[in-house]
Amino acid sequence: MNLNNPQALDQHDKDIINALQGGFPVCERPYLEAAKKLGLSEDDLIKRIEALLNSGALSRFGPLINAERMGGGLTLAALAVNEDDFDRVAELVNAHPQVAHNYEREHEYNMWFVIATETPEQVEQIIKKIELETGLQVLNVPKLEEFFIGLRFDL
Amino acid sequence: MTAEILEIDVVDRAIIAATQGGLPLVPRPYDAIGDGVGLSGAEVRARMQEMLKSGIIRRIGAVPNHYKLGFSANGMTVWDVADEQISDLGKKVGALEFVSHCYHRPRHAPHWPYNMFAMVHGKNREEVESHAQEIAKILGSAVKGSDIIYSKRILKKTGLRISV
Repeated sequence: MNLNNPQALDQHDKDIINALQGGFPVCERPYLEAAKKLGLSEDDLIKRIEALLNSGALSRFGPLINAERMGGGLTLAALAVNEDDFDRVAELVNAHPQVAHNYEREHEYNMWFVIATETPEQVEQIIKKIELETGLQVLNVPKLEEFFIGLRFDL
Repeated sequence: MTAEILEIDVVDRAIIAATQGGLPLVPRPYDAIGDGVGLSGAEVRARMQEMLKSGIIRRIGAVPNHYKLGFSANGMTVWDVADEQISDLGKKVGALEFVSHCYHRPRHAPHWPYNMFAMVHGKNREEVESHAQEIAKILGSAVKGSDIIYSKRILKKTGLRISV
């Protein structure tokens, strides 16, 4: 399968991606139940999910956890990094296991990362550490309100 | 608006940790999780149902990779929205099908004036820009300024790690 070519997915694959973004059954044979609705066999569904994960079309298949509900801390943070210093700073930021995602973006704030910690207090500690290590001031924008996390990604 | 924090016991934590890499791709995945943490499949299912109900588990299913699926333009659209209207307007923006996440976040004046973030995915930048115009229409006169911040490169993506 050509990874960068969405056309390489057949209709069954697209149906799987569209239908299974939530609501996967919690029963003894969930793949069997989901497969019936998609007109597939249990074995075919499992193999197709496996292939979609291997090709990178799906980044994950399983439960999505709400870390804050578990008492953890979570924030979105950004740095305005000098281009010449970018790789060094990226390495320093990424070295923290609490940094879950990090993206380079086109803006004066050109590094945006998510910090996820076991306790809310640790978020502040990680930010302080990153500021000390990089010598830069972190823009900390934790969510105040969540409007929606979309499920409906249609192919 | 902090979400209620729920007590989570060691068994739930162990189940979550066991599914960090994803749901096992076997015909009886919940039994397989149970084998790893010393529970029956039925016990695992009952606990996961409870965690779905309480919101500790948001949902179970597939997480598509937008980039690999041809939605290669990813624009974080940021907006300076009147505080008294952000809750109502945010819900409308979050309901748009091309918006994958929408949040109210704090401003840091003067260098960061934006208080609403809406992640927009498109096949190219033109598509992202036309989506952003639709958002602007919804926000109308409540918006004072905005920007689209495109992603250039993923520097790290490990997801959440929960220890037991």
